[in-house]
Amino acid sequence: MDWTFWIVKLANAGFILAFTLGIAGLLGWVERKQSAVMQDRIGANRAPIFGLKLIGLFHPIADAVKSLTKEDWVPPFADRKLHFLAPVLSLFTILAAWSVVPFGDMIRIGGKTYNLQIADLHVGFLFIFAMASLGVYGVVVAGVASNNKYGLLGAMRGMAQMIAYEVSFGLTLLGICLLFGSLQLDDIVRAQGTLIGGWLPRWGILLQPIGFILFLVTAVAETRRLPFDTPEGESEIIGYFVEYSGMKFVVFWMSEFIAVTLAAALIATFFFGGWQVPFLMADGFHFPGGATIALPHALVVLLQVAAFSLKTLFFIWFLMLVRWTLPRFRFDQVMALGWKNVLPLAMLNLALTAVLAYLIRPGA
Amino acid sequence: MAIKVNRKLSPIHEIYITEVVRGLWITAGHFARNMFGHVLGLFGAKYGNATTVTVQYPEARFPISERYRTRHRLLTHADGSPRCVACMCCETICPAHCIYIVAGEYPDRRIEKYPVRFEIDLARCIWCGFCVEACPEDAIRMDTGILETAEYDRSRMFYQKEFLLHGTGRYEQESGARRQTGGDTQ
Repeated sequence: MDWTFWIVKLANAGFILAFTLGIAGLLGWVERKQSAVMQDRIGANRAPIFGLKLIGLFHPIADAVKSLTKEDWVPPFADRKLHFLAPVLSLFTILAAWSVVPFGDMIRIGGKTYNLQIADLHVGFLFIFAMASLGVYGVVVAGVASNNKYGLLGAMRGMAQMIAYEVSFGLTLLGICLLFGSLQLDDIVRAQGTLIGGWLPRWGILLQPIGFILFLVTAVAETRRLPFDTPEGESEIIGYFVEYSGMKFVVFWMSEFIAVTLAAALIATFFFGGWQVPFLMADGFHFPGGATIALPHALVVLLQVAAFSLKTLFFIWFLMLVRWTLPRFRFDQVMALGWKNVLPLAMLNLALTAVLAYLIRPGA
Repeated sequence: MAIKVNRKLSPIHEIYITEVVRGLWITAGHFARNMFGHVLGLFGAKYGNATTVTVQYPEARFPISERYRTRHRLLTHADGSPRCVACMCCETICPAHCIYIVAGEYPDRRIEKYPVRFEIDLARCIWCGFCVEACPEDAIRMDTGILETAEYDRSRMFYQKEFLLHGTGRYEQESGARRQTGGDTQ
């Protein structure tokens, strides 16, 4: 291991941190603005700096200043240590899950190649799964530490919902892992670069359409946003962070937005080819007709990272669209959908995928 | 315990996904249409934001009806004296008891009385408009178009005769400023 390895890894980590935290910071503004545009309103467009409004882009800064200067109130009846630990757990688990998401192919520096991914774990998919499970602790610890009945109610709802949907979350993705023969996310994305019949990119959605819909449902449920926001339930119980204020509340808020970003990135990675640009190989475009455009290495890497970012941003937009369109499920409906509909369908999908993959395997 | 409601749903609605897609299609359509308008508006198209219903309040206002009851004013004769004859009709009919009148007499006894003091406590006023209806001289109207009467101090909501007559006095500056920022550009 030479020093360039560490520099590249640190640069990767820096990119992911800047990408996720930057987007999470902006999503507070995007959420207000997109909901406004969808509802024929104008939305946040004030907070001028020196008379410059920039369609309200300074609102996140105003939010940050406000929450940083706000009193950090811990209720006297709360458990101080756990109360502090809960937002940390929430943010840490969701940021850690990002470390296995590949945002580009190889980068060549000084004759060596490095993956554009913080950690190329062999168990990448299981790592995400594990971190999503640990995220439950953030919710539960917040609810228990607050010593508030609404907080506890929200935490219990959140725990039940996340455990229910984690099962389907894993099962829907197993179909993809089965078809591409790997649990490693960069392998899965690389496998999606090959072509079906010489012209159609082998993206996950074409192989697993039912898996895609099921994964979309479970991903939204895992982020605990509408229509699955029963742990929060704005109009009824406020949820597990009811006793949080100031920056600690913002950390919960940020981790929710990073969860949205992660869900969007995972949808892109597993079902829409991740950083793959159709027909773009390591040395340039190879179109089905036989035409080729040679591109320098740096440009190819840049295109791939741009493709990953664009796909992620599109699915963030889509998840926001879902969040501002559908009303909230009742809690028993969430449970019924999770255990009685999504889980059996995910199992059926996995069984069918396994049988079909065995029957039409190469050399069968 | 959740209540079980039996609704007859067709199989298409039972799957739920089609209906979700239909809903998403509507909201996405609104998003696309408004986004197109906003982008056009950025490049200076005049009706770029035509589909949005928002009125940018302090800068622009929603037009209010002629009959809308807004802050009171007292009307004057051509010579500037108040039309009010201190008949106490408005004070009597006011259900909130927010009008206080002290009557005075002109030296010329053939002329009717006039109000020495005429105060309206807007903190109490319920904007019913009975004072306007009751007035036999058409001396009080609620047609100034001023809706923003909030103050930091309750005592500042006692509106005196001079102000109600000519809009001059203690509150003149503020109201003038409010009116200027108001404008009727929409």
